[in-house]
Amino acid sequence: MKHLIFAAGLLGATTALAEAPELTVYTYDSFVSDWGPGPQVEAAFEATCGCDLKLVGIEDGAALLARVRLEGDRTDADLVLGLDTNLMKAARDTGLFAPHAVSAEYALPVNWSDDIFVPYDWGYFAFVHSAEITPPANFRALAESDTTIVIQDPRSSTPGLGLLMWVKAAYGDEAPVIWEGLADNIVTVTKGWSEAYGLFLEGEADMVLSYTTSPAYHLIAEDDASKAAAAFDEGHYMQVEVAAKLASSDQAELADQFLAFMVSDAFQEIIPTTNWMYPAITPASGLPDGFETLITPATSLLFSPEDAAALRDLALDEWLTALSR
Amino acid sequence: MAHRAQPLSAWPGRVAALAVAALILGTLLAVALRAETGRGLSFADWAALRFTVVQAALSALLSVALAVPVARALARRRFVGRRLLIALLGAPFILPVIVAILGLLQIFGRSGWLSDLLVAAGFQPLQIYGLHGVVLAHVFFNLPLATRLILQAWQEVPAEQYRIAAQLNFSPWTMFRLIEAPLLRRACPGALAVVFAICLSSFAVALTLGGGPRATTLELAIYQAFRFDFDLGRAAMLSGMQLVLTLCAAGLALRLTRGDGFGTGLDRHLRRWDGGSIGARLLDATWIVLAALFLLLPLLAICIAGLPDLARMPASVLSAALTSIAVALGSTVLLLGLALPMAAGVALGRAGPIELAGILGLAASPLVIGTGLFILLRPVADPFALALPVTALVNAVMALPFALRILIPRARAVVHDMSRLALSLDMGHVTFARLVLLPRMRAQIGFAAGLAAALSMGDLGVIALFADAEIATLPLQIFRLMGAYRVQDAAAAALLLLILSMAIFWLLDRGGRYHAEA
Repeated sequence: MKHLIFAAGLLGATTALAEAPELTVYTYDSFVSDWGPGPQVEAAFEATCGCDLKLVGIEDGAALLARVRLEGDRTDADLVLGLDTNLMKAARDTGLFAPHAVSAEYALPVNWSDDIFVPYDWGYFAFVHSAEITPPANFRALAESDTTIVIQDPRSSTPGLGLLMWVKAAYGDEAPVIWEGLADNIVTVTKGWSEAYGLFLEGEADMVLSYTTSPAYHLIAEDDASKAAAAFDEGHYMQVEVAAKLASSDQAELADQFLAFMVSDAFQEIIPTTNWMYPAITPASGLPDGFETLITPATSLLFSPEDAAALRDLALDEWLTALSR
Repeated sequence: MAHRAQPLSAWPGRVAALAVAALILGTLLAVALRAETGRGLSFADWAALRFTVVQAALSALLSVALAVPVARALARRRFVGRRLLIALLGAPFILPVIVAILGLLQIFGRSGWLSDLLVAAGFQPLQIYGLHGVVLAHVFFNLPLATRLILQAWQEVPAEQYRIAAQLNFSPWTMFRLIEAPLLRRACPGALAVVFAICLSSFAVALTLGGGPRATTLELAIYQAFRFDFDLGRAAMLSGMQLVLTLCAAGLALRLTRGDGFGTGLDRHLRRWDGGSIGARLLDATWIVLAALFLLLPLLAICIAGLPDLARMPASVLSAALTSIAVALGSTVLLLGLALPMAAGVALGRAGPIELAGILGLAASPLVIGTGLFILLRPVADPFALALPVTALVNAVMALPFALRILIPRARAVVHDMSRLALSLDMGHVTFARLVLLPRMRAQIGFAAGLAAALSMGDLGVIALFADAEIATLPLQIFRLMGAYRVQDAAAAALLLLILSMAIFWLLDRGGRYHAEA
């Protein structure tokens, strides 16, 4: 008898699920983890949409775009969340994405308007170091110092590509000279962010390429004020993370609803202490305590998606040439 | 084929080999056919090929050269905790790369234990990054495997041979010439080929410890082609290069591995009378201690890092651990289903194609297999629902080369020694497998199963491509923790993974040796 009740309950549950429309969102892996924004975002959105939000985690932003390109217009995804400005041109060129109808007052330090991609958070790349040391004030000073750094490979990681763009944006044609100067400061290059940050915490290098917001994690979650980000006077390159809906989506309305939710306070309040980035729109409650201790770069560097795409191969070539000697 | 006087049928092995080859080549083809753009191989790709081969060759040579004295010492000595030590020595092989690297750096890194000692003694700290760092890490990963493969060869020598050797009062040199040299000649090429092939597809290790773009391997080039350029044609071409390279190495090694077995024994309790002199004892003890220090200190560092938080593990880590155990067991069953018929098929002769199919698993890029499977499965099924079965299957195929290295020599010896007896008794195929072959291969089956299960526990290959929010294996969960800055929790989860992998390996390996002397 018990089995029957159990079976009936199971059946009931699956039909109930089947009736609620399902919105499938592809995102990067750290977004969906228990410690990322995923679980809270899912609960908050499902409370209002009468739908089932299915988050699918696929490694990082570059892998995400590769997956969508692979699936083409037969993709199950209704929405992709987690591309950045360096990937936007390639994403737009696929023709797989549809325009949005979101308008919002973005708290980005640069002007933002795009018909397809909606930003949901942003941050500055920065070298994170132990608060005990006095970091160099720019790339030239870093190159001349014997401060050691760990960076990520641009061919396999999004921050690694961000650093290429940072040096290119700050120094243009002089970038190769900067890289040659940096070559002896670079302890090693890793596949992804996790490896690099792990090496830094093990004491393998004085600084690691990460974000200005990284010290906020240590301060807020671990009550540890021993980490800081180095302020570079040539400015810091930004990463703006964006989402877009797919033209092939059979849940277009729900996808629009999600994009609108994404720029609302309910979503934006979750971002700072789960994704450890700045919210794209400052929520009414402001930023969490601890964020006021972070450095604010004087200059925000960012290539347009078209410029970033055009410069990518050249910048990679310069990087490879300088570091292969 | 007409009925031949064989105690077993080779057909199940051929079918299994065909299935494996179809999976690996099929996924490669699927990726190639999906290619849109293509820009061919660049100068940098050839540089990557050169670096890949050089580091893999150095790593293989050094791993096997060191494994020989260690295996010899372990084969000659009996001491308390020997079995545990052998199991522990296997641990580096199954750790996720990043965990192992962080463990290694605790010892050999800039602020590692060894550097601290050196600095205290007035020397410079160690500089681990560069080709030597890559080779060091690869030896750390592969010395245990090479040792076990060679130790295995030592243990396949029938107990009677040592008895006779002792009766005839063999000198150490005669012992080496008549027993040890032939067994090394049979075991070393296979071990070299396996380690070489493993190191060919290295990527995160080579990049991180290689120090930068100079340490670009083919696998990174595949990654770049796929992720950075979305050039599937080039990814498939590079993956094909990797396959050909591995197959050449493997083919060469297989040619060198042929040789007769040591004849049959009565499965008597193994006792050794040689190596009793003080010099030999000291030598063996030195090798065992050095190997144990080299392999266990980084593991100790991982334990120290993980222990404080081990008891307060989040529930999601525990459920990921259960998922990993389930995947590992499924993978082990699949592996034995493939490997045993293949080993039997090879043992019957006409081995080439079956063995090559088994080696393919080493050479295939998980990125390409995962992508190919995704392309193939998507039209017919939901890839996310299949994430775990697919992971188990791919893990089984990846473990197949190791399993075959372990199973084939023994299967060959059993078939060689027992088939005439079996035929004269008119045993059927099933009876022979059940009564003669499998019981005599129990130790090897246990070892292979343990290795497959442990490898599968530690693998982060395909699951990372397929996972949705609800499903995670333990290695994936470790990466998620690290990605969320939770380094302490990640260290604890890594220790849990280490413990579970060791336990599952030990149980299966020990199960195979129950009531049998190792």
